Amino acid sequence: MSLFLETLIGGVLAGTLYALVAIGFVLIYKASGVFNYAQGSILLFGALAFVSLKDAGVPVAGALAITVGLLIVTAIAIERLLLRPLTNRSPLTLFMATLGLSYVAEGVAQGFMGSQVRALDLGIEDLPMFLGDIMISQFDLIAAGVAALLVIALSLLFNRTRIGIQLRGVANDTLAALSLGIDINRIWQIVWAVAGLVGLVSGLLWGARQGVQFSLSLVVLKALPVLIIGGFTSIAGAIVGGVVVGAGESLAETYIGPFLGGGITPWFAYALALVFLFIRPAGLLGERQIERV
Amino acid sequence: MDHVGLRSDVPPSSIVVAPRAFGVAAVTALVLTVPFLTTEYWVNAIIVPFLILSLAGLGLNLLTGYAGQLSLGSGAFMMVGAYATFALQLRVPALPLPFAFILAGLVAGVVGLFFGLPSRRIKGFYLIVSTLAAQFFFEWLFLKFPWFYNGNSSATIALARGLSVFGLNAENPPGRYWLTLGTVAILTLLSWNLIRSQTGRNWMAVRDMDAAAAVIGVPTRSAKLQAFFVSSFILGIAGALWAFAYLGSASVQSFGLSRSYQILFIIIIGGLGTICGAFLGAAFVSLLPLALDWSFQHLFAGQVDEGLRQNIQKAIFGVLIIGFLIKEPEGLARLLALPNLRRSSRRTLFPSVRR
Amino acid sequence: MRRLLLAALLAGTVLGGGAPACAAEVSQYIPLPTYRVGAYASSGELWWAGERDYFRYINEVEGGVEGVKLNYEEFETEWSPDRTVEVYERVKAGKDGSPLAFFFTHGTPATYALLEKAAADKIPLIDPAGGKTESVDGAVFPYAFPLLFSYYSQASTGINYIASKVGGLDKLKGLKIATVYHDSAYGRASQPAVDALAKTYGFENIQIPVADPGSEQSPQWRQIREVKPDWIFLRTWGVSTVVALKTAQRFGFPANRIIGDVWAGSESDTIPAGSAAVGYSALAPYPGGTDFEIHKRLKAEILDKGKSNLRDAKLFGAVNYNVGLVNAALAVEALRTGYKHFGARPLNGEEGRWAFEHLTIDPARLKQIGFDGLLQPIAITPTDHEGGGAARIQSWDGSKWVLQTDWIKADHALLTPLIKAGAAAYAKEKGITPRSADSAEAAAR
Repeated sequence: MSLFLETLIGGVLAGTLYALVAIGFVLIYKASGVFNYAQGSILLFGALAFVSLKDAGVPVAGALAITVGLLIVTAIAIERLLLRPLTNRSPLTLFMATLGLSYVAEGVAQGFMGSQVRALDLGIEDLPMFLGDIMISQFDLIAAGVAALLVIALSLLFNRTRIGIQLRGVANDTLAALSLGIDINRIWQIVWAVAGLVGLVSGLLWGARQGVQFSLSLVVLKALPVLIIGGFTSIAGAIVGGVVVGAGESLAETYIGPFLGGGITPWFAYALALVFLFIRPAGLLGERQIERV
Repeated sequence: MDHVGLRSDVPPSSIVVAPRAFGVAAVTALVLTVPFLTTEYWVNAIIVPFLILSLAGLGLNLLTGYAGQLSLGSGAFMMVGAYATFALQLRVPALPLPFAFILAGLVAGVVGLFFGLPSRRIKGFYLIVSTLAAQFFFEWLFLKFPWFYNGNSSATIALARGLSVFGLNAENPPGRYWLTLGTVAILTLLSWNLIRSQTGRNWMAVRDMDAAAAVIGVPTRSAKLQAFFVSSFILGIAGALWAFAYLGSASVQSFGLSRSYQILFIIIIGGLGTICGAFLGAAFVSLLPLALDWSFQHLFAGQVDEGLRQNIQKAIFGVLIIGFLIKEPEGLARLLALPNLRRSSRRTLFPSVRR
Repeated sequence: MRRLLLAALLAGTVLGGGAPACAAEVSQYIPLPTYRVGAYASSGELWWAGERDYFRYINEVEGGVEGVKLNYEEFETEWSPDRTVEVYERVKAGKDGSPLAFFFTHGTPATYALLEKAAADKIPLIDPAGGKTESVDGAVFPYAFPLLFSYYSQASTGINYIASKVGGLDKLKGLKIATVYHDSAYGRASQPAVDALAKTYGFENIQIPVADPGSEQSPQWRQIREVKPDWIFLRTWGVSTVVALKTAQRFGFPANRIIGDVWAGSESDTIPAGSAAVGYSALAPYPGGTDFEIHKRLKAEILDKGKSNLRDAKLFGAVNYNVGLVNAALAVEALRTGYKHFGARPLNGEEGRWAFEHLTIDPARLKQIGFDGLLQPIAITPTDHEGGGAARIQSWDGSKWVLQTDWIKADHALLTPLIKAGAAAYAKEKGITPRSADSAEAAAR
């Protein structure tokens, strides 16, 4: 029983890290209807920029400020050079464009900041904690805390600020929002920048876990099943989805894996997502789409 | 199947006339000359893979471009085709290679049908989950169980008796070329006829507006499954060719997720819902990196750090893709079409899902 | 305009593909399929720097190999075997009048993909400390050279090291040794050898796979905590090594009971793991460090003159840089062997095979070329394409690798029958008649 509980709790906590990545997707999808494949690369770009600056002797606060600035500039550039010219194109075209964007972000990141694996010490010791005989990762616990804080901050941003309310307007009805004089391009810039910052936070947490390196960009593949389960449009859904995927993966590898020879995590999350998709096609907390003929 | 008088928004003529006009003449001339006109490098490393990628693009285009079902699992269906061919050649040695290809295509088709089942309920973007699940599942399956690669230590598959078509050895460059070209030509012709038939019209109806098509009596669910089957059949054969006519031996890595993206790029750049788009897109995707590499090497050799050069090349490839999507949303097929054929209206994928 | 651009692109490729051969002085062509882009660039970047620096040193300081200059050129593959095949096709006919004497595959999957093509084209595939293990048997695989340290030898040397730690091979009985491996052909390549060793010495063999990329391994290490192995043999690669070390720390498994294999033992694996990697040991057919004679020469002639390919001079002497140095030296010494036999002119594939099959580097020669301690003495023969089969052990002290032992040999008496059996099965499946040693000689005059 304690093995089960430990596996479950470990999975849930690992899942919050997936959720963090997924939140970046949700923000962008809500505001601009783009499934942003490049989120993983931007996450890599941010984390790598921060570590490079830090390694070059820039103090942490300065490095963070410069990285944030870089991500904001990137968001504006993406809006100008990619979103605006592609307005009203099919979701597939936008998806492919973000795939192209991921090549650019990865090429620039690796080309100019080097491809060496960087160590990132956030000052969080990854030592085990015990709750009875259940072992919990301190690092994952703190990461879960960060995720919770981030969600609170984002919901304050969206519910209490003018920009947030405008953004929700854009997400609900783009045309109506436009006719009320909301500057949709500015909203896009803000949302992409916020998503970049969320990416930076998750990049730093993942980077502290496994080193800041190219494979950070692959976490995007973990985020997709999370989004499907939670819904593309709900931040709370991303958290729930992350937890479901994290716990499901962990339990499956422990209890089903041995019968199938192990190593089933890469596809298990997708199979799980598929099951959810049949039960609730719009995700657990996503909005149902109504089709008109 | 009763005839539904549905007008697709692309007049059939625009996609039919072009291939027929220069296709027949050009292809016949090429068949005879290509292996002897160019170097072995061109045949082995550029033309054969280009043809196979075109075929794969064609397969995906039937599903995505004609029937409107998005898939990121092309690599998986190619993988199934390659591994099925290997299993058939190994365990049923009496079966001639072309029949093994066809059977392997059918196996891939059935697998595609299975992973297409969710399309009965799920639409648009969400469907990529099902196909991505196929992608990761088969990568795991074919690596996990030694039966699939006959237990050899390298987990790769290769035909023990090489490529032989009814006793003719196709192992040399012209042989590989002709085998590939023949297969591609036959399947292209078949698909071309298929999309002009009732089946093809049903697919386009489903693509353009699923619900409306159902209302006027198009069997939407079975049309989607047909598309999955036919598309995966072609992808399966393309996978078998990729493994045995191009690479010689293959592993799951040859059909990874990046392969799926590559094939999706091919049809988007080439032109969704066109036959020749698959060929144009494949040419673009397989030649552009080579051209970039060549020009960079000649422009900056020795002056720029190699790591920087290679990474910048990748970034430029990304920029070109984005630029292309912005400038030419309908793909190369439209760009190169004769002016008088450029009258079809702009088409979007999944119009019913758009907000 | 757009059409023009497209046409220009096409024309560019046509010209690029058929570049004419014209050169005054014929040098030996060495294509290098490399990966400076993507997930594996962190190790690749240093590897290519090592190879290029050594080739440059040979060209500029020693005036080439026996007077023949080396003409090396890189091709990006992103570690994809398919793209390596494309590169191979592009270069197999040679360049500027030089045929291809051998082809570095720079990755096990690429070697697998090219095995049969290269045998048909008669071009030796060089993949030190990798490749298909059975191809050590040169009678069946005349054109495959898994030089130095095959995957079976890696397993055997690892077990021998554990034995030396516990007080002898007879003490292995009853121990639990778990192999945590990257779930790929590479990760599984050593399984038959570990099986055989487990049967011989009576230790319990536990195999635990980690699926690619391996960025979350709690279930695996929880399983390890339940089984309580005495030692762990870590056969991961890339990010999965870092995560393995960190997760091991979290689950309380001591790092000094983990032995990494060749490709899990570089700075890229240990630096990001921080304190979790302190005390971790790894097999080192390519030891890290700058204390070797060749590093002094390179520092004086290449590094200090600003000719190094390294982007960051701090990485001089990193494990992966030394991998490049050793591999380049193997190629140079093989070419030298060939030039002495065939004359100082570029060699073709068959001559390249002869050269590699007669490559001998004894301790005296190692001292001359400055590789003493960095490379083991090596003697390749037509029937033994490994020629070494030993590694040193190095362990990570938190800032650098420290060598712990001299060369530890693998148990070849036990491994050779396994390799022979595997090669024979391959020969039977493919209908290959193994060549005899005499015919190998005759083929090259």
